[in-house]
Amino acid sequence: MATLSLPQSSYIRDNSRTFTEWLKSWLLTVDHKRIAILYLLSINFFFLLGGLAATLVRVELITPQGDLMSSDVYNRAFTLHGVIMVFFFLIPSIPAVLGNFLVPLMIGARDLAFPRLNLLSWYLYMIGGLFALIAAVFGGVDTGWTFYTPFSSTYSNSNVVMTITGAFIMGFSSILTGLNFIVTIHKMRAPGLTWFRLPLFIWANYATSIIQILATPVLGIALLLVVVERLWGVGIYDPALGGDPLLFQHLFWFYSHPAVYIMILPAMGVISELISTFSRKRIFGYEFIAFSSIAIAILGFLVWGHHMFVSSQSVYAGLIFSFITMLVAIPSAIKVFNWTATLYKGSISYRTPMLYALGFIGLFVIGGLTGIFLGVTAVDLHVTDTYFVVAHFHYVMVGGTIMAYLGGIHFWWPKMTGRMYNETWGSIAALIIFVGFNMTFFPQFILGYLGMPRRYHVYPPEFQVLHVMSTAGASILAIGFIVPLIYLGISLRKGRIAGDNPWGATGLEWKTSSPPPTYNFDKTPIVTEEAYAYPPEAAERDAASWRPGSPL
Amino acid sequence: MATITHEEAHVHVHGPELQHQFETPEQQKEAATLGMWAFLVTEIMLFGGIFMAYIVYRWAFPEAWEEAAAMLNTPLAAVNTVVLLVSSLTVALAVNAAEEGNKRRLLTMLVLTMMLGLTFLLIKGYEYSEKFAHCAGAKDPISWITGSDLHESHECLVPGRNFMFPSEHEATGSGHGAAKTGMMQSGHQLFFFLYFCATGLHAIHMIIGLGVMSTITVMALRNTFSPTYYTPVEIGGLYWHLIDIIWVFLFPLFYLV
Repeated sequence: MATLSLPQSSYIRDNSRTFTEWLKSWLLTVDHKRIAILYLLSINFFFLLGGLAATLVRVELITPQGDLMSSDVYNRAFTLHGVIMVFFFLIPSIPAVLGNFLVPLMIGARDLAFPRLNLLSWYLYMIGGLFALIAAVFGGVDTGWTFYTPFSSTYSNSNVVMTITGAFIMGFSSILTGLNFIVTIHKMRAPGLTWFRLPLFIWANYATSIIQILATPVLGIALLLVVVERLWGVGIYDPALGGDPLLFQHLFWFYSHPAVYIMILPAMGVISELISTFSRKRIFGYEFIAFSSIAIAILGFLVWGHHMFVSSQSVYAGLIFSFITMLVAIPSAIKVFNWTATLYKGSISYRTPMLYALGFIGLFVIGGLTGIFLGVTAVDLHVTDTYFVVAHFHYVMVGGTIMAYLGGIHFWWPKMTGRMYNETWGSIAALIIFVGFNMTFFPQFILGYLGMPRRYHVYPPEFQVLHVMSTAGASILAIGFIVPLIYLGISLRKGRIAGDNPWGATGLEWKTSSPPPTYNFDKTPIVTEEAYAYPPEAAERDAASWRPGSPL
Repeated sequence: MATITHEEAHVHVHGPELQHQFETPEQQKEAATLGMWAFLVTEIMLFGGIFMAYIVYRWAFPEAWEEAAAMLNTPLAAVNTVVLLVSSLTVALAVNAAEEGNKRRLLTMLVLTMMLGLTFLLIKGYEYSEKFAHCAGAKDPISWITGSDLHESHECLVPGRNFMFPSEHEATGSGHGAAKTGMMQSGHQLFFFLYFCATGLHAIHMIIGLGVMSTITVMALRNTFSPTYYTPVEIGGLYWHLIDIIWVFLFPLFYLV
């Protein structure tokens, strides 16, 4: 622990003398840790961009009239927000950044199974992103992130083809990452690291990867057919040409509902790590959490129809989809109960990552329960396409995934950079985000229940109070996202040297130096114990030796 | 926690093909094979979307489907099926030859496979050009290219603005049941749309497969393979088999059913 300087050699340092050499050593790297850093930078860039679009939307909604932009511009703004956030931030966020960095470290491997494929997937991500950016610069898209046909394929006058191409290419990046993780987790585990000794983050990423390789190709072909229909005017989705627009919705949600679990499952993996570490306890119900990830992945494929209750889908199909949707609540609840049981009699320390983890549990419960409301056909008919839906999925996506993403970034920051960030500012930012988030999205539940439809920029004056509240919350949220950028940036130069294991956590990634050497481990580790092997009395001992200002 | 060093793990002799992230050649081979299988799953899901569309529209337009399917050139496609099945055999023999370290036989089989693949593409190309030639008003692709014997087109099976199914032409000529004709035309056009999408996507995979095979041939020429290391041949062969299997589904769905 008492390291006073960063290790002499690590994956960040290299011997390049000129700037070009240095640039090459990053852009042509096959080291999973460097690729994770490339992803971190590019994904955060897209996050800021999506955030800017959200700002436009929220500012417009301050007044009931459309005074900042026309309805057409507004359509383009919320589509930009949706496309960027879903395809270029949420889906790759945790797997591509934290997963890339941690999967080989956690299983004691030197790298992923296919390092060059990993680099290729980053380039595919960037090319896809470039297409989306070009489409945005040349006027944007107005279809919403769902690209519903026949509007997208026939009537829309915006850059649909360009944006869809971007999403299509990004899909391949996602497939390749999933494929790489599956093979790596199957074949590259260190000696002694059996499946039931794996950290739960690995289980979560494994389940995510299965969804990625099964669902993403279907989105690919669905979007490809939209492009073909748009370019050559041959009908597959357009009813005027004999096609069926519902087919698009089915194919789209066959991907996009599981995609929701691509976003939330890795987040749940992060939370399992955080809860166990900061309660100083073995995780409660390890096997249940592990298998609930797989169960969510499987059930996630069977519920896409709940996005289509108000389409002309058969009522009986709707009932079955509604029932299976309820089933997804079971594995999700299993996770939440097990995390809570882990906290019980733990020695809980409210460090920044733990604040995010606790925030996650609260917000995810709200997001998940409102999801059950929406899964009931009777309620769904009332609130379809209202702000209730908007609030629901933002509670899961922002309150769930982004909280876990930030918690994970803070937790593994010392491992990635070798330095600690400012703990006080960390806690403050976490609290600002929590408050800002709730202020932004809780009023939207009420708005939606009162009947405010989504995707409109003009609304009846009686909704103004709630909209202003939401916009005010969004500004607080924005501050909460900017503060970490500042103190994390400062910590790169001025942060305290972290040492190998600043949190006293278990797990192979903490057994190597921070930042880790290029091949991760000087000696291949041999695992002889389960994950989260905190001794039974760890929590009591930790609590007994607590004094104000102690590190944990 | 006991540890072993990399030096200890690497004492046994292995070829230069072992990449840094793997401990043993067996691990590397298993990883590559599993990776290919996972990739094949994604390919099946990609075609799955088209098969789904096929099911939906076949259900919606059963009669149109039957009429449209009769317009395809089944004998040529049957020949193509045989060509592909034989190429599956030659690929399997190539993998076997690589396993035995028989370079001569490996090269023969790879070249044979590629020639069969090329034959498939040529026949497919001829089938496509037939359809395009009919749109241009020619009887067959040869007269289309030479520009002789052009007449007014009564049949255009390439989806798009000029799409014209022969029976519809007669129907509009005699002028009864315009609404029904519209529905039928949609059905016919959807059939050919899916036909071109599915077989076109398959042909693209075939071209990629030819690229993979030629890469493997070059590797074989450079003596990359040995009885202990022939993973690329094996996983390349897996990919080739996938292309064949997809055709085995496409052929009955579009030509026979």
